[in-house]
Amino acid sequence: MPSPVELFPARAAEIAYHVDALFFFLLIVTGIAAVGVFTLLIFFSVRYRRRTPPRPTPRITGHIRLELFWTTTPFLVFLVMFWWGARIYLAMAQPPAGAIDLYVVGKQWMWKVQHAQGQREINEVHIPLGQPVKLTLTSEDVIHDFFVPAFRTKIDVVPGRYVYEWFTPTVAGTYHFFCSQYCGTNHAGMRGEVYVMDPADYQQWLNLKSEGSLALEGRKLFLQLQCITCHVAGPKARAPILESLYGATIPLRGGGTAVADDNYIRESILNPQAKVVMGWEPIMPTFEGQVSEEDLIKLIAYIKSLGPGQTPQRNEESVPPPPPTETKKTESP
Amino acid sequence: MSTISAPFRPQSSVRQTPTAGENYVNAAYGTRSWLLTTDHKRIALLYLVSVSSMFIIGGLAATLIRLNLLTPNGAFMTADTYNKTFTAHGIIMVFYFLVPVIPSVLGNFLLPLMIGARDLAFPRLNLASWYIYMVGAAMILWVIFSGGIDTGWTFYTPFSSKASHTDVIPAMIAIAIAGFSSIFTGLNFIVTVHYLRAPGMTWFRLPLFVWSLYATSLILLLATPVLTVALFLVAVERIFGIGIFDPALGGDPVLFQHLFWFYSHPAVYIMVLPAMGIVSEVITCFARKNIFGYPFVVAASLGIAVVGFLVWAHHMFVAGQSVYAALVFSLLSYCVAIPSAIKVFNWTATLYRGSISFRTPMLYILGFIGLFTLGGLTGLFLAALGLNVHVHDTYFIIAHFHFIMVGGTVMAYMGGLHYWWPKITGKLYPESWGRISALLIFFGFLLTFLPQFVLGYLGMPRRYFAYPPEFQVLNVLSTAGASILAVGYALPLTYLIWSLRYGPDAGPNPWEATGLEWQTPSPPPTHNFAEIPVVDCGPYEYSGEEVPDHGH
Ligand SMILES: [Cu+2]
Ligand SMILES: [Cu+2]
Repeated sequence: MPSPVELFPARAAEIAYHVDALFFFLLIVTGIAAVGVFTLLIFFSVRYRRRTPPRPTPRITGHIRLELFWTTTPFLVFLVMFWWGARIYLAMAQPPAGAIDLYVVGKQWMWKVQHAQGQREINEVHIPLGQPVKLTLTSEDVIHDFFVPAFRTKIDVVPGRYVYEWFTPTVAGTYHFFCSQYCGTNHAGMRGEVYVMDPADYQQWLNLKSEGSLALEGRKLFLQLQCITCHVAGPKARAPILESLYGATIPLRGGGTAVADDNYIRESILNPQAKVVMGWEPIMPTFEGQVSEEDLIKLIAYIKSLGPGQTPQRNEESVPPPPPTETKKTESP
Repeated sequence: MSTISAPFRPQSSVRQTPTAGENYVNAAYGTRSWLLTTDHKRIALLYLVSVSSMFIIGGLAATLIRLNLLTPNGAFMTADTYNKTFTAHGIIMVFYFLVPVIPSVLGNFLLPLMIGARDLAFPRLNLASWYIYMVGAAMILWVIFSGGIDTGWTFYTPFSSKASHTDVIPAMIAIAIAGFSSIFTGLNFIVTVHYLRAPGMTWFRLPLFVWSLYATSLILLLATPVLTVALFLVAVERIFGIGIFDPALGGDPVLFQHLFWFYSHPAVYIMVLPAMGIVSEVITCFARKNIFGYPFVVAASLGIAVVGFLVWAHHMFVAGQSVYAALVFSLLSYCVAIPSAIKVFNWTATLYRGSISFRTPMLYILGFIGLFTLGGLTGLFLAALGLNVHVHDTYFIIAHFHFIMVGGTVMAYMGGLHYWWPKITGKLYPESWGRISALLIFFGFLLTFLPQFVLGYLGMPRRYFAYPPEFQVLNVLSTAGASILAVGYALPLTYLIWSLRYGPDAGPNPWEATGLEWQTPSPPPTHNFAEIPVVDCGPYEYSGEEVPDHGH
């Protein structure tokens, strides 16, 4: 455990070095400004304290050049601060390609984490050292915020959409994460630990916890929810085929295009009429209320993984569709 | 007590000859004469009693918060009680104390006196403002004591619109009602400054406190209605289930934050601009100097009022707004810091070659400059996007805005209250007790809030009723500071009341100040001036040198 008094937080991600560098730069610049102003205040207060008998004071009403000086100097310094802060922020907004994907769902008052290979955990996150990790987050109810002080990064987890956060851990260890957007009664309890592990230990952990991968789980759902009734190749198709869809730019009915990212796929499942693909009828029913946030993540993982020719066969054509609650284990060959 | 023998030039040479002993306090007696008064000075006192009571209640909530944070798992409150307590603290302090306090108490009392008017433009509207405030205050107290609300003072959706099970709608109505009181006060001040200035009181002879009230009134008038609309929309969603903010109903939860901060960022300047006005009045008087750079200080006030409307989304850098919007709002946030910096530099320069006396008001005002400077400088950390991400929603923010609002606004208010106390009551407060209170508040404040900057950078989130044990030592330090702060605030409450009865008579102008308010007796007669003064120079002619004739 950490020592009883901490004055500076652990630093365990690449971006944290940049954030701290900016922090110290600001500390020094504002420190100089504060010392400057306070020295003048104290010096004037002592030097020009009232004497007995009081002396008359001169009539000084201002000095234009001085005003210009102390207006433009801060402005120039502020531009440096702005530029530096913006650079770090832009880096935070761009996850690198090839990052390890983690899916996080916040709800009052816990965090549910799913790994791409299907491992699930609650209020704990296991990640390997030295590799970029990208979180895709959403909330089931109100706004939460996923904050890892040791990584110097956080993001508001807003219901109804996906947000992203990424970091590259640089020091193995255990670090707090907190919900930092007030979310009701047990907001302060909505916290946990991030375990940054040696890659070998991490692999072992993954194996121990292994279950079906997210994409595989998504495939089961895809069949169970009868998505393949319409989303198939060939003449029976009543909806576009989803192979190689992820990341593509697609033309929309009524003009315009959309990029098929997580948020687009999510919306198309919950609110299919919002953005219909060009050339198709808006006939898809909504799945709002039938798929949970975690199932949505599985479905999206499956669609992401779907390559050319990989759509399952409609091998249960003759079977009448079961009610959506009933689990159907049929697998295509 | 007048040790200031050096010459100074009052703004008007008209001699006031009041009828002996007749003033606004003793002009009429009885509860009715107070509750139905339209005298701006009496209404100011009604406000003084009301906002002070709210300050005490909000302060008690703060005390409970600090005590509960003494131990990592919460010393004595349940999570829900804690959440309701910090919500009560925030709502009371922001909407019922900090926003109204300086305009409604000191502004109400002094604005007509300082511009040489007999009252505000709409005296009955002024009384109505107080009644509206009281309705809002009574309602919020009822909500808080009958069960409380747990949304935080920021009312973020969809928590406030669908998840909270507490009395959100009554609380919002109470705040919206108080908002109308602000709107009416702002309107009244603007019209008064435009139409009721004494002969010769040109715009550039206005005392800077008047200028700052004018800029504040513009914000009150333009921003408050947006808050009313935002709260109204939450109520619509809660009652009728119309999806505005709840994504499950097709709404956008972040939209609320835009509306809320469109009011609540300018509200920061509603709180701090009048405080800056007080600083200019007090520092010139106790340094016996003209203000350095009068037109720049005025321009800074107006600049803050305008640019303050363009920075609201800096509260949402981690709320998932577009990166480009964030860049623009970061840059604008740096721009809004410049006028505040200009003011600090001009106040410091005002001390140069002065004849500085360290009476209580001056100690408070020097304390203001110190704490406000630190608050402003830490704001530069928050405007830097990449750094904001780390400290957002942590105790760093808490410390920063308490430096501005308590270290800034409350320090200046206390300074102003001591400065004008002799004018308001006709009595002098006890000087050494005053100085002790100023020092206790200054150092108690530092001990309370400096540790919170460290806690924030360590990562302690705000609104946490329990925290990891390694944060305890800093939390205990902060609570220790808060107890000093509490003593610091209790002192003036006691000795100011004591002085009403036992304080020595102040005389019309104990500080030998130049403003019009000091050229009429203390307490002032009901109609302020026996004869309307004619103004023939600027507001701060304290120097011994000849005032050059501007020629008109
Ligand atoms: Cu939370
Ligand atoms: Cu703001």
